Amino acid sequence: MASGLTASGQQRWLLTLLMVTIVALSLVPSLRLLLEALGDLAQGSESPLWRVLQAESTWRAVWRSLYTSGLGMLIALLLGSLFAFVITLTDIRGKAWLVFCFMLPMMIPPQVTALSWLQLFGPASPLLKSIGMAPPLGSPQPLYSAEGIALLLGIQSAPLVFLALRTSLLSLPRELVEAARISGARQSQVWGQIILPVTRGGLGAGGAMAFISSLGNFGIPAMLGIPAGYYVLPTLIYQRMASFGTGVLAEMASLSLLIGVLALVGVALQQAWMKRSRFGLVGHSGRAHDFSLGHWRGGVTALLVALLLAILVAPLAALVVSSLVPAVGVPLNLETVTLNAYHEVIGRQGATWRAVRNSLWLSGGAALLLMLCSLPLAYRVQRLPPRWQSLALSAIELPYALPGVVLAVACILLFVRPVPLVNVALYGTLGLIFVAYLARFLVVCLKPVAAGLGQLDPSLEEAAQLAGAGPWRRLAGIVLPLVAPALFAGGLLVFLLAVNELTVSALLWSAGNETLGVLIFNLAEGGESVLAAALSVLVVAMVAALMLCLSLLAKHLPKGVIPWQG
Amino acid sequence: MAGLSIERVSKRFGEHTAVDALSLDIAPGEFVALLGPSGCGKTTMLRMLAGFESLSAGEIRLGGRTLASHERQLPPEQRNMAMVFQSYALWPHMSVADNVGYPLKLRRVSGEVYRQRLAQALELVGLSSYAERSPQDLSGGQRQRVALARCLVTDPDVVLLDEPLANLDRHLRASMEQSFRDFHRRTRATLVYVTHDQGEAMALADRIAVMRDGRLEQWATPETLYRQPRTAWVAGFIGQGSLLYAAAGEPGVRLEEADLMRGLAAVVAERTQPLLVRPEHISVLADAPSGQGLPAWVEGGTFRGERYELHLRLASGEALLAYHPVALDEGQPVEVVLREGWCLERDSQ
Repeated sequence: MASGLTASGQQRWLLTLLMVTIVALSLVPSLRLLLEALGDLAQGSESPLWRVLQAESTWRAVWRSLYTSGLGMLIALLLGSLFAFVITLTDIRGKAWLVFCFMLPMMIPPQVTALSWLQLFGPASPLLKSIGMAPPLGSPQPLYSAEGIALLLGIQSAPLVFLALRTSLLSLPRELVEAARISGARQSQVWGQIILPVTRGGLGAGGAMAFISSLGNFGIPAMLGIPAGYYVLPTLIYQRMASFGTGVLAEMASLSLLIGVLALVGVALQQAWMKRSRFGLVGHSGRAHDFSLGHWRGGVTALLVALLLAILVAPLAALVVSSLVPAVGVPLNLETVTLNAYHEVIGRQGATWRAVRNSLWLSGGAALLLMLCSLPLAYRVQRLPPRWQSLALSAIELPYALPGVVLAVACILLFVRPVPLVNVALYGTLGLIFVAYLARFLVVCLKPVAAGLGQLDPSLEEAAQLAGAGPWRRLAGIVLPLVAPALFAGGLLVFLLAVNELTVSALLWSAGNETLGVLIFNLAEGGESVLAAALSVLVVAMVAALMLCLSLLAKHLPKGVIPWQG
Repeated sequence: MAGLSIERVSKRFGEHTAVDALSLDIAPGEFVALLGPSGCGKTTMLRMLAGFESLSAGEIRLGGRTLASHERQLPPEQRNMAMVFQSYALWPHMSVADNVGYPLKLRRVSGEVYRQRLAQALELVGLSSYAERSPQDLSGGQRQRVALARCLVTDPDVVLLDEPLANLDRHLRASMEQSFRDFHRRTRATLVYVTHDQGEAMALADRIAVMRDGRLEQWATPETLYRQPRTAWVAGFIGQGSLLYAAAGEPGVRLEEADLMRGLAAVVAERTQPLLVRPEHISVLADAPSGQGLPAWVEGGTFRGERYELHLRLASGEALLAYHPVALDEGQPVEVVLREGWCLERDSQ
């Protein structure tokens, strides 16, 4: 008995220590940033924050960030709600494929999305050239504009709206719809007067998520905005850092603070909205409401497929075409088709292999380490009182909720000098990126595990305890096997996101330490769009393969772990 | 008012047959209960009446109008029906008044007429002062009454009720049963009420359709179901009683005391006719053997307030339930006199 007590006491202490450490470490970057930005306020109008707030370029970038993200959010709302309503509520066929294809843009790295769209339009588009529809040389690339950025941001974040709305549609009790039908409401009336008002919480939340994600997006405004001199907040920070180095860190911290505040205001608005429109819904839910489309079915299916062709297939086709031509501007036909770019990328470019190796190490290592931490962390957090539990989860979520540039600047601030006590210099090494990945993606791994633990019946563990299993035995023998699929899915998600990560790496990489995302970005920036396209095709294939792997895992996972499966 | 007729309606979900060639003729203004254990197909039948499920075979007609057949079915919104759901299904984004008035708005009723009919409906369920509340602020019984008001506001041809009392506590059930009776008396609408609670069905309905495994077991008034159940299964499902075998009578015949006692005294091989004996038709003679009745002994007793329920065992080994004004000891020998019994059809299953 005594030994049992000490074992469980020891375990509790170890777990608590782990949790406190992780939560504290999650908060450190944000605190360091806050300290830097607000630290010199005493200098009055000379303080960095004050200077940044007075600069015209700051407010121009703020306005442009808000404009592109706002417009992007509207596009995302339009696309996401159309797909969510049709796929969840109606008897359309091929739902699984429609969902998978619609979710794919979210998982494709933004710089690849931007690159593929750039290959689709403009005078140099290999696809347009090949089919003889290219505009004359010298005509502008329509995507190098605020609206171009907004369109791509909208397409990239539409799956977020789709997911949020689909979740609230699935939790809509069937009876509410049936009661309206039998009261005499037609399908369109049911939709407008019952479904839309009741699910407005999901719609609002999805919109807010799309806005926040667009605000922090770096790849798209970098690829489309920088050539046109159109800077939003993340690209403004990137450009300043690229030109002036660590000398402007204090001002960059202030800019980061600004964008961080904008994002957090978005999060707060979203939560207030969710709270206001949350209804205690009772009844049978979880089943789609089969609105029959009748003779409209063919037309609606055609519309969705056409949209998918436009937002997914056409750009990817352009990307593939671009990767098969010998040089930019050459049309693709039987004589010009060549795999040279792939040979070049895989065979000769030493940088490619290095970047692939770096990215695989970084994302694989982060995924493994986070999987190791997630189970004990989730296990301990679940046993906290509800108030503390939500505080701890918010702290862990912070580095992921804040835009990537904010975390990157904070990490530079933290590690620009060697770490005190141990005297390890992380700045300019892969280690810095690794630490940033750990902070950013912890919550991605933790959430599925926490969901899995939440579904476990506590009596399973209690039964093992009565049978005489000590705390570590229970964790390893009962809990681990039961949440293993969720743990694995969390790790795979981390890998998927990290292997293509650009925003954080773009600010933290150094020569020899580039990642896959950075390499594609640099190739495209440097005009090597054929090589960039070839590499992007490989990356998209890898993403799709990993997503399929996760889909195959889906039936062993708690509901909602895999984002693209309701 | 139009009668509702269900003709050989079947519903199959893949291999499973939920409703199997069910036929019912419901008179205009009748209060009908679909009764059966869970999984017997009663809710599926109700949802087919409402139009939420398609038919695999058969036809549903209301008056002269075909509501649904295998080929064609009218959508729910065109059937002029109303339904009370088990979960009430009140729309959370509308006030009580808006919930109740919604069917009127859909029928383009507005202005003074709208206000008048809304006020009438709320008055009828006693919720006039709650009109502007949100449904979330109401208790279970009040929500139920809002759902009821929403049903009666448009004068529907048929009102469907899906286990409307399942979520309420016992006291509330009694008062809601009264509300349903009042509701039916005032509106004279045709009511179809689904329940698994035989007490509820017996108390409310004019006629009851007892269902089992998708098939109709018996379709009769509550009194007939109680006094003259068709099969042993119905007899076991409704009310209390004991199943005995006698060498007398034939299905659908009532045996009086003399024939019954003679039939029960016969040898086992000849006693092949199943019959139902209700406990109120049994006299227990607790005193010294008089030779008037069948010998039995007491296996146990349950105190029910106004009387004791005695679990008896006959010499033949058959169990028997009887009432008695005083408690008897376990193992005590008694004699029983059975005053009447009802001969049942042999169970097919």
